[in-house]
Parts: sequence; C-alpha cells; structure tokens
Amino acid sequence: MKIALFIPCYIDQFYPQVGQATLELLTKLGCEVDFPLNQTCCGQPMANSGFAAASKDCDKNFVRNFTGYDYIVGPSGSCVLHVKEHLKDDQHSEETIHIRKHIYELTEFITDVLKKEVHNAVFPHKVGLHNSCHGQRGLGLSSMSERMLPAFSKPEQLLSKVKGIQLLKPVRTDECCGFGGTFSVFEEAVSVKMGKDRIKQHEANEVEFITGVDVSCLMHLEGILKRQGSKVKTIHIAEILNTEA
Amino acid sequence: MKDHATLAEEFIKDDARTNWHDETLWFVRQKRDKAAHGLPEWEQLREWASQIKNHTLSNMESYLEEFEKNALDNGVKVHWAADATEHNQIIHDIIKSKGITRIVKSKSMLTEECHLNHYLEEQGVEVVDTDLGERIVQFRHEPPSHIVLPAIHLKKQDVSDTFHEHLHTEKGNNDPTYLTRAARVHLREKFIASQLAITGVNFAIAETGGVVVCTNEGNADMGTHAADVHIACMGFEKLIPKASHLSVFLRLLARSATGQPITTYSSHFHKPRAGQEMHIVIVDNGRSDILGKADFRNALKCIRCAACFNTCPVYRRSGGFSYHTAVAGPIGSILNPNFDPKKYADLPFASSLCGSCSNVCPVKIDIHDQLWKWRQELSKGGHLPLSKKIMMKGMAFVLGRPALYRFGGASARWVLRHMPFLVKFKVNPWYKQREMPEAPKQSFRDWYIQNKKK
Ligand code: SF4
Repeated sequence: MKIALFIPCYIDQFYPQVGQATLELLTKLGCEVDFPLNQTCCGQPMANSGFAAASKDCDKNFVRNFTGYDYIVGPSGSCVLHVKEHLKDDQHSEETIHIRKHIYELTEFITDVLKKEVHNAVFPHKVGLHNSCHGQRGLGLSSMSERMLPAFSKPEQLLSKVKGIQLLKPVRTDECCGFGGTFSVFEEAVSVKMGKDRIKQHEANEVEFITGVDVSCLMHLEGILKRQGSKVKTIHIAEILNTEA
Repeated sequence: MKDHATLAEEFIKDDARTNWHDETLWFVRQKRDKAAHGLPEWEQLREWASQIKNHTLSNMESYLEEFEKNALDNGVKVHWAADATEHNQIIHDIIKSKGITRIVKSKSMLTEECHLNHYLEEQGVEVVDTDLGERIVQFRHEPPSHIVLPAIHLKKQDVSDTFHEHLHTEKGNNDPTYLTRAARVHLREKFIASQLAITGVNFAIAETGGVVVCTNEGNADMGTHAADVHIACMGFEKLIPKASHLSVFLRLLARSATGQPITTYSSHFHKPRAGQEMHIVIVDNGRSDILGKADFRNALKCIRCAACFNTCPVYRRSGGFSYHTAVAGPIGSILNPNFDPKKYADLPFASSLCGSCSNVCPVKIDIHDQLWKWRQELSKGGHLPLSKKIMMKGMAFVLGRPALYRFGGASARWVLRHMPFLVKFKVNPWYKQREMPEAPKQSFRDWYIQNKKK
C-alpha cells in the first residue's frame, strides 16, 4: 500500500509538530509513508473566497505531487474535504478523480481503511473535543446533532482507547468555532465571537486541552485563548494518539 | 451601504444583547431537535418533502395551470404578477375598485419582499399587520428581523416602550400578558373596521385550487372572516400537487419552525363564502430566473420555516438586520444575490460554511453548497472588492509555485520571530482579538528532509 502524507501549508509552516505526530503515528500503525516534497496548498483559501478558478496552478501542483499513490492521508478534515469536493485538473482528469476518491482525513483512515485502534497512547488529562464542521458534516466523521440518525464518532472511537484521558464535550456539541477560513478575517467580529462562545463552554467543563481533527479551528481557538490569558491549551488529535507511556 | 460584516460588528458591540439573541434562538433550535427526535420517520419525511418539491419545480407549468383552473372553478379570481410592481398594482386596483381605505394583513414574507405596505400607504391606504410580532415592528417602522419571529431582536422592555408610545399602555409595565392583552384589544378593533384582508400562502394545492395558511395567532382567519374581500398572495413556488402532500409538509413545517407538532391554525381556503370575494395573486418576481439556474433552482423548495436561521451560528450572533434585506439568514443569502448580485454580494460570505443549515432544512436544500457556488459566481461577475481579488490572486500565484511558497513561508516565519511588530498591529483583523500562531524555526518539510528522508 503506497501512502502519501499530505501536510497542508499552514501546518507545514506553523504546526510542524502535527505533521511529525501524524507521520510517526502512521508508521507505528505499520504504514509506509511518503512525503511528496513539492506540495504546497489544497487551494481552499482561494476557492472559499470565490476564486476557485484562480487556484488552477495550485490544483495542478497538487495533482502532480499526489499522483501514483494508493491513498493520500492528511491531518486536516477541512483541506481533505476541499480536495475531495473541488480538486480540478482537466489535463489529468483520471489522476484527479483517483486522488479525490482516495484522500482521507487521518482518523477516518485509521478507523475505515486500516481498521485499527491505537493502543499505546497515554494522556492523563481533561480534554475537550471540538467537532470541526468540515470533518463532521463534510466528511461524516461523526453523527451530527441536526440529523436524526444513529450516534457515532470516529475521533471519539480512537480517543476512547487512550489511557488516562477524560474526554468532555461542550454543551453545544457541534457548533462551529467560527474559523471558516478567510471568514476569520473578513467577518472578524462574528468569527471571534463564535470562538469565544465555544471556549466558554469548554472552560465550563474545566478542560486542560481542546483537541480536534482540524488544526485550523485549533489555531483560531488558540489565538483567542492566548489573548485571554487562558490556561487551556490546544492540541491536535494526532499529537494525543502519538503519545506513549 | 454598510455590508454584513460591518453591521454584524455593530450588533456584537452589545455583548449581553448578542448573547441573549443567540441563546433565545438556540432554544428554538433545541425545541426543533426535540420535536424531530419524536418522529422516527423524520429523515424519511425530509426526503419525501424534497422529492415532492423537486417534482413540482420540474412540472411547474402544468401544476400552475391545474391550480388556476380549479381555483377559477371554485369562484376565485386569479391574477398573475410578473414582478413586485405588478403585484402591488393588482392589489391596489382591487382596493380602489371597492373604495376601501383600511385593510388588515396577516403575515406574508412575499408582501415584505414587494414592499407592499409602503406602496399602499403612499396611495393613502391604512395597512395594519395583525401578526403580533409584525405589528410591533410596524409600529417601530422596522422591517422584520426573522421570517417566523419578526420581532425576535426586541426585548420585553422594547415592546413595552413601543406600546406605551402607540397604544398608551402604562410606562415601564413589561408584563407580557398585560402587553398582549393591549395588543389584542387594539387588533380586534382593526379586524372589525377592516373591509379587506390580505394573507400570505404557505401551500397552494394544484388538485383542489385551494390555499393553506398557517398561523399561531389565528389572525389570518380573523381577518378573512370579518372582511368582504380576501386577497391571498403567493410566489409560484408555494405550489404542491396534492392535498395529501400536506401530511408531509404540515408535519415538517411547525416542528422545524418552533418545535410544535403543528401550527395552532392550519386554515384551508377554497372558495369565497356567500357574499365575499376571494382573489389569489400569483407572483414571479425573479423566480423564473432562479428556476432556470441548475445550481440554484432548488432554493425554491423553501417552505420558510426559518430552521436555517435558528441554527446558523452567524445569524444568531449578527441579527436579522445585518443582512439588509427582507429574507435574511442562510436562505436569504442564497436567494437575494439572484435579485441583485451587486447589492447582496456580501451575503454568501456571511457564513463559515459549517453546513448546519443544510442539515436542518426540512426540504433538503443544499444551502451551504449554494453559498460556496455563489461566491464563485460573484467573483466571476466582478462583484467582489478588488482588494480581495488582488490578495487571492497573489496567494494563488505563490501557492502554485512550490519554491516561491517555501521562500514565502520561511520569510513569514522569520518575520514573525524577529520583527513581530510588522504583523502584530491592530488593523490586522486576525491580531485584533487573537494572537498569531508561534513561528517555529523549521517547517515540517525541513524537519522531514533532515530526519526522515531516505
Ligand atoms: S431554506 Fe430550509 S430551513 Fe431555511 S427557511 Fe427554507 S425550508 Fe426552512
């Protein structure tokens, strides 16, 4: 099984530890993972701002880097969803379709493709779980409060095996944190208000960490937490799953 | 004109009020969840509703003809209005021909869309909105801020002040029962004095030629029962093929809107009673254009339940007026750009694209996908600010070129580490209320090459 690691641009630049944890975790689970060196970005920031047509070069670069693999795995629900729904390269349409069908967010790759559990992780802390919208509603990583369907959660399924962890959910289990890509700067007031409200509900549970499958949401929440001088930290799910006794 | 982001920022300045607005509407969303959980067939009902509406939209022409024929056979007069102006003129002509000067109206978003009140008042006709919330905002010369709960932006004391001014209630008496009683006395007088009643339409049934109006206050019935003339106004998308389809829609509508199993009154109007006249005005006003757009047509499935408003984390924190239009919220953000892409170019961006709206929608409109598609349309049409275009094209240029990206990323991290004052100033909208992420020395790629690459 040939697996390519997709590390979105802002993780590459600002959160390398998340990339490292993802790579190490997949290796521990027995995967052989390649990191295509010329990858940049999935094109989502431009597309969500209305400029999908302008991100052609970006899309082409993505297809060039990720062609020839059985699976592509990334630690970001949002970027993975964007590739799945919108990646476009008319000159390489077969390759593009293959990528769109075989790209996975990390937790769903572990539960659905590898069909494995993560056994050795230890994280003796109170942790709040943030359901990021693109992972949850877009990729279907967990059931959603709006739909009247049986309950499940792939991230929770993995986290429940972590030793010592105390997993807590905010009152509104799956409300958006307000990041929303460029929404976070073009609608700054609403974005921050949404983030503050999310944090208040996690703080009510006295959590030490907030975790989730999307670094982007966590980056936004972290920015607010730090400005508020809060003791609560953010941590990506891969970093928790990659811990060892 | 101020855009959504600016108006939202103004709304949010009052933090306590924003929290109250958010929590009030979240409470309605929770009531909806509870009601929906009570029906094991909920998701099936949504699917049926969606299919019935899709089918009707695809066969609009024949259903409209069937509806008109049956309505005429019932003795109803049917009028066709191409746009808002025609709609308003048709209604005014009927009023004028009877020499009427005072009319009552029960809630109708279509008449809001057509600015009927304003038009009739200019012609010297007194229009009284009889839905309590609508009456409150009418006193205040405000538009409704929510399509189901028009005065949801107001608190008890605001209503008390408004009633004190217009109905001479005791100053400072905020007791809801007291205030509602005062409104009731006031509205009863209006019902009795009025000779003509206008209602909206929730469902128009092709098979019978009848229309159904759903209210909780019974004001549509009170208006039409007391008046000699009843005019029902509807956008053509209100059509459903059969009366039996109501068994799907009526169950979904109230549960989605307020969490009630059914609206208090579901009033069926088929024909004028003896001595009364009944008119139906069928309005296009841009709907045919929407019907012709493959990507956007299914927005016409909307049954105006407002579930998408109540669930929207942006709407709850920015208020209805931040959308500067009659139909606000997520559905408003995908309908209004059809009518005026320039004026409403900001609305599809008033969303984090969380997708909760599409999930609650009882007729399964792909609201958040349409928001995304509208962003592309507006960009193609040249309706977005130039600054945004330059920024996005610049980003696309860099991100399409790996070497340039690596150089840019390394420089940005270097700047953040060594000259943070270049980034950390308050006009940077990220930094205003949030810290920047810390800039590590090494990117993931650098680490990978150093440590892992074979
Ligand atoms: S779009 Fe759907 S949820 Fe929103 S008002 Fe219309 S029917 Fe209700």
